[in-house]
Amino acid sequence: MQNRSVYITVLLSIILIAPRISIAELMIEITQGADSAIPIAIVPFSNKSAKPIPEDIRKIIAEDLQRSGEFDPLATNRMLSLPASAKEVYYRDWRLLKQNYLLIGSIEYSDYSKAYKIQYQLFDVNQQKRVVGEVVSGDDKSLRDLAHHISDAIYEAVTGIRGAFSTRISYITHQSSVNGKPEYRLQVADADGRRSFTLLKTSEPILSTAWSPDGKKLAYVSFESGRPAVYTHIIATGKRQLVSAHKGLNGAPAWSPDGKSLALTLSKDGNAEIYRLELATKKLTRYTRHYSIDTEASWSPDGNQLVFTSDRSGSPQVYRMNIYDQSPERLTFKGRYNARPRFSDDGKSIFYVHQSQGAFNIATLNIDTGSELILTDTSLDESPSLAPNDRMLIYATQRGRKGVLAVVSVDGRSKYLLPAEFGDVREPAWSPFLK
Amino acid sequence: MKAISTKHALALVLSASVLAGCASNSTTDDAATSGADVTPVDQSGGVEVSAPGEGGSLTTEEMAAQQAEMERQAKEKEEAVLREIRTFYFDFDKSAVRPESRAALMAHAAFLSANPNVNVVLEGHSDERGTKEYNLALGERRAQSVERFLVVNGVARTQVEVVSYGEEKPAATGHSESDWAKNRRVYIEYK
Repeated sequence: MQNRSVYITVLLSIILIAPRISIAELMIEITQGADSAIPIAIVPFSNKSAKPIPEDIRKIIAEDLQRSGEFDPLATNRMLSLPASAKEVYYRDWRLLKQNYLLIGSIEYSDYSKAYKIQYQLFDVNQQKRVVGEVVSGDDKSLRDLAHHISDAIYEAVTGIRGAFSTRISYITHQSSVNGKPEYRLQVADADGRRSFTLLKTSEPILSTAWSPDGKKLAYVSFESGRPAVYTHIIATGKRQLVSAHKGLNGAPAWSPDGKSLALTLSKDGNAEIYRLELATKKLTRYTRHYSIDTEASWSPDGNQLVFTSDRSGSPQVYRMNIYDQSPERLTFKGRYNARPRFSDDGKSIFYVHQSQGAFNIATLNIDTGSELILTDTSLDESPSLAPNDRMLIYATQRGRKGVLAVVSVDGRSKYLLPAEFGDVREPAWSPFLK
Repeated sequence: MKAISTKHALALVLSASVLAGCASNSTTDDAATSGADVTPVDQSGGVEVSAPGEGGSLTTEEMAAQQAEMERQAKEKEEAVLREIRTFYFDFDKSAVRPESRAALMAHAAFLSANPNVNVVLEGHSDERGTKEYNLALGERRAQSVERFLVVNGVARTQVEVVSYGEEKPAATGHSESDWAKNRRVYIEYK
């Protein structure tokens, strides 16, 4: 068939870009805070050296904790004192300000080691005791990492849940370039939208980005050849591999929890079906057999089950399947459209796109109890992706006529937006824990 | 809507020429054999019919053949016009070919089965609502519906390739019902 040769000879206007910082960063706009947020005073970190510190450590930590929706950092201009060490702490001052926690710290730059040393301590104001403290160090480039690390430590000390501030997100940007051709970029950034860089730039669509469980690779669908194909991409080196380019659809990659396989949607046997591709051997195992659409698979944390979208009932609904007996069981029943499920990391819930009254929103279902909750309230919400601690969820939505990313807590109580300066942003994916 | 008006004009030509043939009982038309236009049509849609030739009246058989030839040519023209319709629209979350798409698709099928060396790509699309991968599969299913229609009507499977872009390449970039209607489509691209 002539198709094949066309497939191969389509020349690609594609540029691979080594990771670098780009100017177009995402911003943060908090749109809804939780009422129950814990009051915390984060005192500006004192600088013990002559060199100015290139990052505002206090601000990074305060913004991390505020974004989580679980903390309410006190404005610095309301503070009665600015202690830098334990002996300067007067609990009475902070009780007066109705603060539950107090974080203080200092930074020291060593000319000799060319490194920063950050010391921090967290105090419980009511119990009048030190909760956690540590000294961490790193160079210029790792200052933001150190700040996120402190946010993680504070978050875990107070909530008992591992923090996800040191994670990353990936997303796709889309805009018209100077010559009128569309430009798609696959971007990776810190979870707060900063330090973004471009992994791939092409004039054809990119979508369905998925992080490998070790956080080192991305799998995605790219139309750069003129047809959809699935690639894997090592973030640190930029090395890519074409892993699936069958006739028809090659889509919806999802890494198995052991990182050795991808669940994929292929239509090489006639229509959209779900397969497992073992990456080392290229062995394909077919999981679904139905004339309807089966797609958008997500693995359970133990790797024994898949949840996926199927319209075998006449409209798209979410199904669960044990990969060994392959007999799908329908999970969603409310509404005409429930699709693209993602398992939570504890395997107890799924998060998916739900249509009600014409609007598409992100919803969650507790698989055991059957209780459902709609988390978002705009009209075109899609592509939910959970933070690895299951506390927040990033998704794509529209604001005005532009695609923007938004984050909502899994209880729906706090929200923030991550708009870009220009162009559309879409297809977010939250990385696993990176360390 | 240019295609539709041209189509109507041709239908007029066809019926007018047949009528003219009956009335004069002696129509000759060099155009019928030269392959040029059957009958010139003026801008107002009026019809000019050439005067009876010197060859005198034709036999019934000759007339029937001539009429059949004219009809064949008119049909060919009509199909060529119909083939200018290359985008076919679908309902939300549906992939059934709409009744109003059938005539133009039949014209494409007739042309492709008569020209087995010509290949087409059927590009399936969806609107932006719903999820991206489901929409990719839906776009493919729409394109496959059109493929099936063509194959059932005599086109070889090897002439047709299906590709889905899902919601990635909208024809209209707005977010209204009418934008979405324009985006739920299959486009036939001749290679």
